[in-house]
Amino acid sequence: MKDQPNTTSAGGALALPVPALIANAWRNPGLLLTLGLMVVVGLWPVVTRQEALRETIFTIMLSVALASSLNIMLGYTGYINFGNVVFFGLGGYVGMYLLGTYGASLWVAMLAGGVASGLLALLLGKAILRLRGSYFALATLGVSEVMRTFIGNFSPFGGPTGISLNFRVFAAYGGAKQALWLTYYVLVGLALLVVGVSYLIKISKFGLGLMANREDEDAAEVMGVITPNAKTWAYIASAIVPGMVGALVFFRKTVIEPDPAFDLQSSIETLVTVMLGGRGTVLGPVLGAAGYQGLRGFLMTNPFFQNIQLSVAGVLLLLIVLFIPLGAVGWLRARFLRLRRLLP
Amino acid sequence: MGNALIVALIDGLLIGSVYGIAAMGLTLIWGVMSVINLAHGAIIALGMFGTYLLFSSLGLNPYVALPLVAGVGLVAGMLIYWTAIHRILNGPTLSALLATFAINMIIIGLGTAQFSTSMYNVNFNLGSVEQPVLMQWSRIIAALVAITLAVGLQFFLHRTRPGKYIRAVSNNRDAADLMGIPSSRVLALSFGLGTMLAAVAGVLIATITPFTILGGTTYQLKSFVIGVMGGLGNPIGALVGGLILGVLESTFSVFMPNTWVPVLEFMLFVLILVVRPSGLFGGER
Repeated sequence: MKDQPNTTSAGGALALPVPALIANAWRNPGLLLTLGLMVVVGLWPVVTRQEALRETIFTIMLSVALASSLNIMLGYTGYINFGNVVFFGLGGYVGMYLLGTYGASLWVAMLAGGVASGLLALLLGKAILRLRGSYFALATLGVSEVMRTFIGNFSPFGGPTGISLNFRVFAAYGGAKQALWLTYYVLVGLALLVVGVSYLIKISKFGLGLMANREDEDAAEVMGVITPNAKTWAYIASAIVPGMVGALVFFRKTVIEPDPAFDLQSSIETLVTVMLGGRGTVLGPVLGAAGYQGLRGFLMTNPFFQNIQLSVAGVLLLLIVLFIPLGAVGWLRARFLRLRRLLP
Repeated sequence: MGNALIVALIDGLLIGSVYGIAAMGLTLIWGVMSVINLAHGAIIALGMFGTYLLFSSLGLNPYVALPLVAGVGLVAGMLIYWTAIHRILNGPTLSALLATFAINMIIIGLGTAQFSTSMYNVNFNLGSVEQPVLMQWSRIIAALVAITLAVGLQFFLHRTRPGKYIRAVSNNRDAADLMGIPSSRVLALSFGLGTMLAAVAGVLIATITPFTILGGTTYQLKSFVIGVMGGLGNPIGALVGGLILGVLESTFSVFMPNTWVPVLEFMLFVLILVVRPSGLFGGER
């Protein structure tokens, strides 16, 4: 990420240049612990060569990547994005279109997916980021529905039937079996990248501006944060990786359809993941992803809860919102002040 | 073409008034406590299935069932308020959104376990009027009920003491408290009224079309569109917005494939939010 142009220049110059920020980040035990934990979990199925375990970890890492991206908007900037799945879906569609129609490689598809999502965030940001609070949340919900219904009618993207790939695309990556492993490595890499970048944003001046914006937008503006630019960059930052991940995930599934690609439910699950772990923290979305996916897996396989798993999840969500609004990491940070360095 | 347009227009007005009722519930809650009730669709679905159960097990006429379901909706709303909303009313916006969404998950989860997601139908046919244009009786009655309720709500809010309490609390909760108005109870009542309207909308929809347990979501999204069109917090605006949306929907579908209608609907929604967040008729209550 450090080769990229300085994405914060519009929100005010960084207090420290990016290399210095990275050097600082290296010295934070909490971040190293988080990343180390993710690497260990990520390598676990590689060492044991268990494919079922790999699929479980894949779901968790996917959730980490999406939740950490959303956290930049929701946790740092304080804007509720109900349509975060839009970036995932659009990236998926752009990627699949290139893969299917032009026979592009996965890397090109992922890059294009990320760029498309980033551009969408830029355009959307200009339009709807002027809205605040619930109005912004409603607008994102509307955008999500516009995308879903529009793509369902958009014939280059296959309309309601979507795009499907022939299994032969996997041949270029050493066959289906190898391709599944490859996509797994890439996803783990992306999840690590998002968590790292999320930390860098948090300790940068740009991140400070975002958090000031979250606490009081007008005050932040008075203090010199150029809030429209800062918000737009945060929105873009939260869009790029979901776009890349979308291309990756649907390549793996070989099929994309409008309803699963722009599923409001999955937007909200990502929100719940961030809330569960602790919004505005770096570790929160990681723990939230593990916790939520673990719980989901348990409920879906448990014979008693199987039928009412949605309700049980609802009860849990309600309890979290009512009693632990800061999420697990936020609660720990507030409760044990000494642990703060370990819980970024 | 001309005749098809007139039929579409009338149909749009009739169904639009039902949309309006659903949206009035949503916008009432928003206006009083600035909470977007994401459980609205689930309550609409409860209204549908309440009608279905009363009809299929007790053979109750849906229009007799209507007050019963409305009462259940009122009580359910007050329960939701006390369990999920009251504690977090002064918290961040996200808390209220997620709390109501949690309620939505609970209701939909139980409903899906009970009814699965297959299509249900209240098998109750009143026939239709042939002249001057074809209109189904169920739609005419639904529109009449909707308009009566809208007028009734307006009367309640402006002419009765609890209604005036509601308006006072939505205007300024602290001042209302100082005047001796029990604001928490008034908020619970408002939430109950909002969900009651949702449940009634569910009953009326159940008499018109077949439905699934997930069917409320569509109407919830329409309620958002209408609420924003009419100005969030403005009940009469919601009714007018409902009529407009109904007419737009039915006339659009004369001119273009059905699948494009929701695209335009939601584009309109985002556009209005961006250009005129206070609604087409201004945000005044």
